[in-house]
Amino acid sequence: MSDPIKINEKCVFCGACVKACPFGAITQAERKTVPVIDLMKCTLCGACVAACKFDAIWMKEKSAAKIDLSSFKDVWVFAEQHDGVIQSITFELLGEGRKLADSLGMKLCAVLLGSNVQKQTAELIARGADKVYLVDRPALEHFQDESYANVLIDLVKRHKPNVFLCGASTIGRSLVSRVAVRVNAGLTADCTALAIDPKTLNLLQTRPAFGGNIMATIETPNARPQMATVRHKVMKEAEVNPARKGEVSMETIAEVLLQSKARRLKFVPEVETTMNIAEANIIVSGGRGLQTPENFALLRELADVIGAGVGASRAAVDSNWIPYSHQVGQTGKTVCPKIYIAVGISGQIQHLAGMQSSDIIVAINKDADAPIFKVATYGIVGDLFEILPLLTQQFRKVLGK
Amino acid sequence: MRYVVCIKQVPETTDVKINPETNTLMRDGVAAIINPFDMYAIEEGLRLKAKTGGTVTVLSMGPPQADAALREAISMGADDGILLSDRAFAGSDTWATSYTLAMAIRKIGAFDIILCGKQASDGDTAQVGPGIAIHLDLPQITYVRKIESIDEKTIVAERLMENGYEVIQAPLPCVLTVVKEINEPRLPSLKGKLAAKKAVITTWKAADLQCDPKCIGLEGSPTKVVKIFTPPARQGGEMLKGEPSEVVPQLIAKLKDAILGAAN
Repeated sequence: MSDPIKINEKCVFCGACVKACPFGAITQAERKTVPVIDLMKCTLCGACVAACKFDAIWMKEKSAAKIDLSSFKDVWVFAEQHDGVIQSITFELLGEGRKLADSLGMKLCAVLLGSNVQKQTAELIARGADKVYLVDRPALEHFQDESYANVLIDLVKRHKPNVFLCGASTIGRSLVSRVAVRVNAGLTADCTALAIDPKTLNLLQTRPAFGGNIMATIETPNARPQMATVRHKVMKEAEVNPARKGEVSMETIAEVLLQSKARRLKFVPEVETTMNIAEANIIVSGGRGLQTPENFALLRELADVIGAGVGASRAAVDSNWIPYSHQVGQTGKTVCPKIYIAVGISGQIQHLAGMQSSDIIVAINKDADAPIFKVATYGIVGDLFEILPLLTQQFRKVLGK
Repeated sequence: MRYVVCIKQVPETTDVKINPETNTLMRDGVAAIINPFDMYAIEEGLRLKAKTGGTVTVLSMGPPQADAALREAISMGADDGILLSDRAFAGSDTWATSYTLAMAIRKIGAFDIILCGKQASDGDTAQVGPGIAIHLDLPQITYVRKIESIDEKTIVAERLMENGYEVIQAPLPCVLTVVKEINEPRLPSLKGKLAAKKAVITTWKAADLQCDPKCIGLEGSPTKVVKIFTPPARQGGEMLKGEPSEVVPQLIAKLKDAILGAAN
């Protein structure tokens, strides 16, 4: 197989490609030599091709579509439900999906799997779905990777959606990874922006990589559906309009597809979690500066008053002060609330990777040089044990609680 | 029991700096490490092996330098390492990567459990583990935080969810992706380091795997990166100064509207 990318004789050794490569895959031994592309590091992103002013880099184009792309219609949203409750990420997807469907001139459809969930179709229509594909079977009461994936694969093959969005939740990521492989679709994880390219009508999917240090825009030119998981709290929820009308399509599914080799035996809710931080609008997060597990009570109190979820740094979790499900950062959760209040967190780069896209960041730390202040919208240098109780007390007054 | 652990070599992202002139990642001198989540997968493989007997094979797709990642896993106690390295794999997205790894696992033949980290720290997709599972038509348990029991036929594991955990039972063979909570990875032993030095890493190319050329590398990847850019760096904002009794009301004045807005 010949190399998918090559530098040809038009090269003037300017080194622009070396600088342009985000992956450090191009090296130039010395000036006046043709740079060398390390194909193992190269992701064929094309940054060097764009940077070369001399048209000296040739990159293989993928073979054209083998499928009829025009036969794929509509924008689909996977309606995630837990115990019959439609999750807020679904409403965010419907809000964004509506815009995409309108710019494509296509319908917005929700796909709802569950048991005894007919009623919830009205909620999806009120939030903007023109059509709801409903698979209502006892076997689908709880999420299971295989049966849910089988059903979605079947529906995608049957109805051929153009775009298929899903929340970047635990369920969403586990589920659509299976679906995308089986239907030969492109899948982009954890998107923070979606748009339709006005020329090609392809879905432009933008996502962070390297813990948010770089952003990449990705498209799927030759395959359909164009699948993406979308991060919580980035898109605006669709508004409720009870007067909206929509169609419900009850889908029949072969019994065999509802079988699952893996079985859910039980679910154990976490006692300490009052709120899923990935979905929280406000997060109050604590780190090493809290000194003891008992001091998390100070944080919880503030969280209760302002309606926030409780987060933590890796240091606090590793000291067993709070369960891992609260950890924010590279090895924990990535969150993007409206307000993130970091208390006694120094702000290591791994922590910042998990929260720096929050709208407002407040940092309270006794060390004025702590890196957290570099990203904070508002910073307070001081003793958290004095500030935190005062903050709770005054917020209680102001918010009338 | 045969355990296969899929690992990826990634740049140690803590060191990634952005060149302010060119706005690109500066990778020079950035150490390559085993993806942190894969360390938990290796450790769990070793613990399972200690419990049930058997072997742990580490598998990686990457450049020839990824040999070092496989040797590190062997120094922790893995029995052998396989590297999938071929120019034909360049440009693989998660579809092509999971296909290639699945083809290698097919070639390995007998296996009981495939372990992966929940995601890689550079790409952060979490798509390759489930991708391998469906390519091999296997059940999966993702985000595993604890293995409750295992025997020759069945595994019971806890899957971390946003608001608790599920207990899931699956027949073997099965694919698991693991989270940090599952264990504390061990350090290599001296004996392990010697073994790693001596170990012969098997290298397979596309032709060895009987891959469909249409399914690997750029050709097998439905997604295409059209643009890479640096997000605007976040600027440090306003420092509130004074005694706690002064700064607290200032902060409340600034946040009050946002908090009331967020509540709605």
